Amino acid sequence: MSACTLVSVSTVLGCHSCFRVDMFSKGTKRKFSDDGGEMSDESLGGANVSSSYNLQRQSLLDMSLIKLQLCHMLVEPNLCRSVLIANTVRQIQEEMTHDGSWQAVTEAFCNGSQSPSERLVATEVLCRSREQDAEPKLFSVISYEGCREEEVVADETLCSVSVSDAASNVCLSESVGHCWETGELRVVESDEETSEGSRLGPGDDDDDDEDDEDEDEVDEEEESSREDSKSMGQVFGTFEIKNGSSGPDSALEELFSDVDASYYDLDTMLTGIQSAPKMGPYDLLDSLAPSHGPPSLGSPSNCRSDLNELDHIMEIIVGS
Amino acid sequence: AAKNGAGCSNSCLFQRHGFNFHSHPNSADVISTVEFSQSGEFLATGDKGGRVVIFQREPQGEYNVYSTFQSHDPEFDYLKSLEIEEKINKIRWLPQLHSALFLLTTNDKTIKLWKVSERDKQPEGYNLKDEEGRVKDISKITSLQVPVLRPMDLLVEASPRRVFSNAHAYHINSISINSDCETYLSADDLRINLWNLSITDRSFNIVDLKPDNMEDLTEVITVAEFHPHHCHLLAFSSSTGTTRLCDMRSRALCDQHAKLFEEAVDPASRSFFSELISSVSDVKFSHSGRYLLTRDYLSAKVWDLNMEKKPVETYQVHDYLRSKLCTLYESDCIFDKFECAWNGTDSVIMTGAYNNFFRMFDRASRRDVTLEASREVCKRRAVLRPRRVCIGRKRRESDICVDSLDFRKKVLHTAWHPTDNIIAIAARNNLYIFQDRHSPSGHHGVHRIEQETAPQLEDTPPQ
Repeated sequence: MSACTLVSVSTVLGCHSCFRVDMFSKGTKRKFSDDGGEMSDESLGGANVSSSYNLQRQSLLDMSLIKLQLCHMLVEPNLCRSVLIANTVRQIQEEMTHDGSWQAVTEAFCNGSQSPSERLVATEVLCRSREQDAEPKLFSVISYEGCREEEVVADETLCSVSVSDAASNVCLSESVGHCWETGELRVVESDEETSEGSRLGPGDDDDDDEDDEDEDEVDEEEESSREDSKSMGQVFGTFEIKNGSSGPDSALEELFSDVDASYYDLDTMLTGIQSAPKMGPYDLLDSLAPSHGPPSLGSPSNCRSDLNELDHIMEIIVGS
Repeated sequence: AAKNGAGCSNSCLFQRHGFNFHSHPNSADVISTVEFSQSGEFLATGDKGGRVVIFQREPQGEYNVYSTFQSHDPEFDYLKSLEIEEKINKIRWLPQLHSALFLLTTNDKTIKLWKVSERDKQPEGYNLKDEEGRVKDISKITSLQVPVLRPMDLLVEASPRRVFSNAHAYHINSISINSDCETYLSADDLRINLWNLSITDRSFNIVDLKPDNMEDLTEVITVAEFHPHHCHLLAFSSSTGTTRLCDMRSRALCDQHAKLFEEAVDPASRSFFSELISSVSDVKFSHSGRYLLTRDYLSAKVWDLNMEKKPVETYQVHDYLRSKLCTLYESDCIFDKFECAWNGTDSVIMTGAYNNFFRMFDRASRRDVTLEASREVCKRRAVLRPRRVCIGRKRRESDICVDSLDFRKKVLHTAWHPTDNIIAIAARNNLYIFQDRHSPSGHHGVHRIEQETAPQLEDTPPQ
C-alpha cells in the first residue's frame, strides 16, 4: 500500500510540465461553496483541484514523516533538519485539523471514541514501536495526550493508496503555495496555544537543570515517568504497517531486549534516533524497497547495513 | 586603485589555481570549511576526514601547501552508541603575533587550538648525548663544547595546544574569536558558550535555546559570530529565519536579544516550505561592523544593524529554484547550508549555489555575476566566463537550463581574502583559488579592464 503512495509521489515530483495550482487555493474553493455553488462547473473543477491539493499535501506529510523516521544509525542526525521537518509536519497537520480533513480521517478509524479535534497530533505519529508495554519511548517528538486513533491515523496516512492521474500533472510545490487567510491562521494559532497549555506535563523538571548531562538524564527520567502514566503503550500497541518481523530486526530485538531503554537521552528524540530498532519504519522500508528507485529518500539498504554495523558494535560493547 | 575597484566588472578576470587533493575522490576528502587568516597570507581548509591543510601565499601570489595535519579523529559515543564525526566544521584563525600560527578547529563536539610553527634550525653538539640522541659515556668525555644551532630543512609542525571538550551536548556549528583575542564563542544547535582561550576546563553558557520540554523545540541555532570590533556584541541566527544581536553587557545570559532581525513573510506567499527556506545558513558581519550579511536558501540579505524590520538589500541567489522546492525537499537539498562572504571593502558579497556555481553581487551597482568552479571550465590562468541559468529556452549556447543543474555539485564553502581580490571556492574535494588578474597584490600600476564578454546579468533582455 505505502509503496503505491511513494510511487505516485515520485511521479508527481519528477514532472516538469505542471499546471499551477496556486490559483485554486483553498480559499477559492471555500468561496465557491459559500456562494452556494452557482457555477457548478467551476465548483466541480475547484473541488477536483482542491482534492488534488489535499493529495499533494498528504504526500508532503508522508514524505516528511518518512524523512523523520529514516535515520542514520551510526551518526547522530542533524537536529536542525529534524526540527525543520517536524515543524513542516506540524504545519500540515494544523492545516488539516483546521479544515477538517484530519478529523475526517481520524473519525473513520477511531470508533467514534475520542476525536483529536484541536489536538495537534503533529509528530505523535513519528513514534514507532512494537513494544506492547509502557516502556519509555526512546524518542517521541511531540507527545500529546496519547490517543489511539492518532497512531492509527499515521498508519492510514502512510498507507493511503489513492493515486489520481491528475496528481501526476501537478507540481507539488506550487500547490502548497496556497493562500493562508490571515483570520484562519490566527484561529489555528490560538488553538495551538490552548492545546499546548493543557498538554504540558509536570514542570518540575525545571529545577533539575544543573549541567547538561544531569539535566538530560533528569529530563529523561521525568518524561519517562510521565509517559508511563499516559496510554503510550496503547498508542503504539496496535500500530503495524506490516506484520511479522524480519530477520535483522528480531536479532537486534534480542540484542536490545535487556538494554534499559530509559538510559538513552530523550533529547535525541527529535533526531529520530531509535537505538532499539523495534520499529515500523523498517517494515515501511521493506515495503518501500522494491518499488522505490531513487536513493534520495534514503536507501533502505543503507539503513540495513548501518543496522548490521550497529549490531556488530553493540556485540563488541556488550561483549557477547 | 586595486583594492578599491573590486566591482563586478573585475570578477570576470579571475584566474584559477586549482588544487586537487586526490585523484580518486572519496568522501573523506570533501572540503567542509575554508578560511583565510587575518592577514590573508594563509588559507586553511578542513575536510570530512578531519584533516586540515594550510596554504601559504608565495611572493608571486600563488598559494601553496604549507602544512597538513590531522586535526580530529573519529570518536565513538558509547552512551548513545553513536559515532562522532571527525569532519571539521569550522576553522578560525587567531591574529598572528609572531612567527607561529594559531588556529581553532572544531568538529561536532570538540574544539582544538593548534599551533603551527616552523623549525629551520636544530641544535647540534650536545655534551651528554650524541648525534643520534644516545647518552654518551661520561667517562669518555674529555672536553666541553657549546651546542650550536645549525640550519636544517624547513619543518612545519602542528601541535594541539588546547583541547576544549565536553561542553556541547549538540553539534557545534560555529566558532568565533572575539575582537579581544582572549575569548571565543562556540555554538551548537541549542547553546552558545563563551571560552577563554587559555582555559579548557570551563566555559560560560551565554545563550540557551533548549526548552524545558524538548517536545516544544521548534527552533535551533544555525550560526553565531562575534562583532568584528565590539567585543560585547554577538549575532546568532536560527532555523526560523531570525537573526539576533546580543549584548553581553546587559545580562550574563543572552537569551533576551538586543535586536532581532527578521523580515516578515508575506502571508499571501506562505507555503509549507516558507520556514524551511527562511532558515539562515550563514551570518557574517561586514568588515566595517555596520552590516550583517545573512544567507537563507534562496537569497542573501544585507542588514543595517540599526534597522531590524527588513534588510537594506536582498539578493536573489537562485530564485529559479522556488518552483522546485518540493523536489529539493525530497532530495534533502533544501537543507544545504550555503555560506556567504564579504570582500575586503564590503562592496561585494559572494555566495555559492548548485552546479558548482557561485555568485557575486556588487552592492553599489547592483550588478551580479554567476561563475563556475569546475575543472572542465577552468584552465589555469584562464579568465572565468560568466554563466547564466535560464528557466525556459536557452538563449545562448552557454546558458544552462534549470533542469540540467547538477544538485550534487554544491558550492557551500567560500571565502574572500581580507583585503585583496582573492577568493577560495570549495567544490566537493577541490579547492579553487581565483585572483583578480589586475590587482594581484595591489602593486599593479595599470588598472585596465579587459573583458572578453560583458558581465552577464540575470535579467538581461533577449538579444
